[in-house]
Amino acid sequence: MTNSAPIKDVAHKDIRRDLLMIAEMVAPQSRLLDVGCGDGSLLEYLAHEKQVDGRGIEIRQSGVNACVARGLSVIQGDADTDLPDYPDAAFDYVVLSLTLQATRNPRKVLHEMLRIGRRAIVSFPNFAYWRVRLQLMFGGRMPMTAALDDPWYETQNIHLCTIQDFDELCARDGFIVEQRIAVDGHGNRNGWKLQGAAANWFGAQAVYVLHRR
Amino acid sequence: MSAALPPLSSHDPVGPGHRVTLGETLPLKLDCGLDLGPYQIAYTTYGHLNAEKSNAILICHALTMDQHVANTHPVTGKPGWWLTAVGPGKIIDTDRFFVICANVLGGCMGSSGPAETDPATGKPYGLRFPVITIRDMVNAQAMLLDHLGIHQLFCVIGGSMGGMQVLQWAASYPERVFSAIPIACAAKHSAQNIAFHEVGRQAIYADPQWHQGDYFDHDTIPRAGLAVARMAAHITYLSEAALHRKFGRNLQNRERITYGFETEFQVESYLLHQGSSFVERFDANSYLYITRAMDYFDLAAQAGGNLANAFQGTKTRFCVVSFTSDWLFPTSESKEIVRALNAAAANVSFVEIETDKGHDAFLLDEPVMFATLKGFLDGCAEQRGLNGSQT
Repeated sequence: MTNSAPIKDVAHKDIRRDLLMIAEMVAPQSRLLDVGCGDGSLLEYLAHEKQVDGRGIEIRQSGVNACVARGLSVIQGDADTDLPDYPDAAFDYVVLSLTLQATRNPRKVLHEMLRIGRRAIVSFPNFAYWRVRLQLMFGGRMPMTAALDDPWYETQNIHLCTIQDFDELCARDGFIVEQRIAVDGHGNRNGWKLQGAAANWFGAQAVYVLHRR
Repeated sequence: MSAALPPLSSHDPVGPGHRVTLGETLPLKLDCGLDLGPYQIAYTTYGHLNAEKSNAILICHALTMDQHVANTHPVTGKPGWWLTAVGPGKIIDTDRFFVICANVLGGCMGSSGPAETDPATGKPYGLRFPVITIRDMVNAQAMLLDHLGIHQLFCVIGGSMGGMQVLQWAASYPERVFSAIPIACAAKHSAQNIAFHEVGRQAIYADPQWHQGDYFDHDTIPRAGLAVARMAAHITYLSEAALHRKFGRNLQNRERITYGFETEFQVESYLLHQGSSFVERFDANSYLYITRAMDYFDLAAQAGGNLANAFQGTKTRFCVVSFTSDWLFPTSESKEIVRALNAAAANVSFVEIETDKGHDAFLLDEPVMFATLKGFLDGCAEQRGLNGSQT
């Protein structure tokens, strides 16, 4: 049909850039659990583009209803409380995008993700990003950036960390970092390859692919 | 297969639809240990079965409903109980799907139950009808599907006791259920719900017209007892907010309270009407049997105490639905089902619908529920390859 291409384009445009980056890391026809799946755009994208057998957990009921109405398999739930219900190695990937910092027990959540999934894909805002550092150092206030866009009294983010912090936790708890991507404030990772301390300075967000030892 | 309904006959109390005798060669093995056979199942169908026999949806009805889902009820003359959801172009689209609904075993709209004639005595069974369970109801429906030549259902859907049957279907016949939608139900009947049922049963036993279940011999029915049972149960189907919105403390046909025991409040009048209209269409002994079947329901107990075991290895796609103001089958019960399905690595969706209309919300026009069901059914239809034949 002549009108199928434009529809596909719309689907591409709708997906957030950080989700597209995650989608690129996922193998076709795999089984995936998206924790905090929102309105289901990643799941829908993966189902159509990579024939991924996806499931979702979303805390907001309005998000869940939107997902199920789109034909996605999504339940209302919470990363902190509902992951223990899943059996070991039930999924190829468990995705947690920009949600880790809002969980009550991020370390436990990471362990659960790697128990129920062979791989975990985690993204989070980097609190050592240079704009964050400068705002705190010279502004004397809690930083607000594109990735951290709520004032301190309204934010859900209770466990913010830096890329260096996260690397240290992975080393301590035996998570193997298979892939690590830091993106700058514009969501680009192509300008320069962010590594080591540079990543911690210039990465606004980080995406990790982890697996167990 | 053409499913044209025979014309409604005023002489046939079962109304439109069909009635089939099953279990003639192989009886139905009941949970209570007895064999039942032959037995009758009365059912309705809507729409057409496709050539692959892959578009059948079984609707399981609740405690006091029957098979008249989308046609005028032969006794009350009222519209079918789920006309909001079932029909051409509706959520359960009879232009696309072949829809079946059977009166449950133990019911009183044409399927074998305590009001039907016992072939051994030529008199109504009464309490001589064997005690049945949700699993017995489902096994009887499975034999009906065998009779219709349908191996796999595209979907089994139902609310309340209908949802219990949906869960039992998925547990007993996983390969025959492509998708399952249990609405406003639980994997077990709670102590509180058994307690409410016992109040209803005691009201029936206490009616002198009940005659130990042999009221037909005395040419009477236990009107008062069954009406009280219905009134008590009906309160549990609503919510405090819904009752308040509908009636508040409004007085019935009077300006001020009269310090007496006539019907003072509108809510009293409403309940009395619910009770008195119910006894015209429902058999008191059927009410005893079906409430008992619900009380016995405990899917985890069937699976060695672990609900997840009931769904181990299932390929069925589930959509579990609950309502925020349902205190008869609260969301926590649905979440227990969802947890067990997750533990069995099943394909499950779960939505809790925000409404103040209580348990009965599943029968009403709830746009969010309908959007959810439509999305789920469309997704399943795509998986099942049912969309290709659509124009």
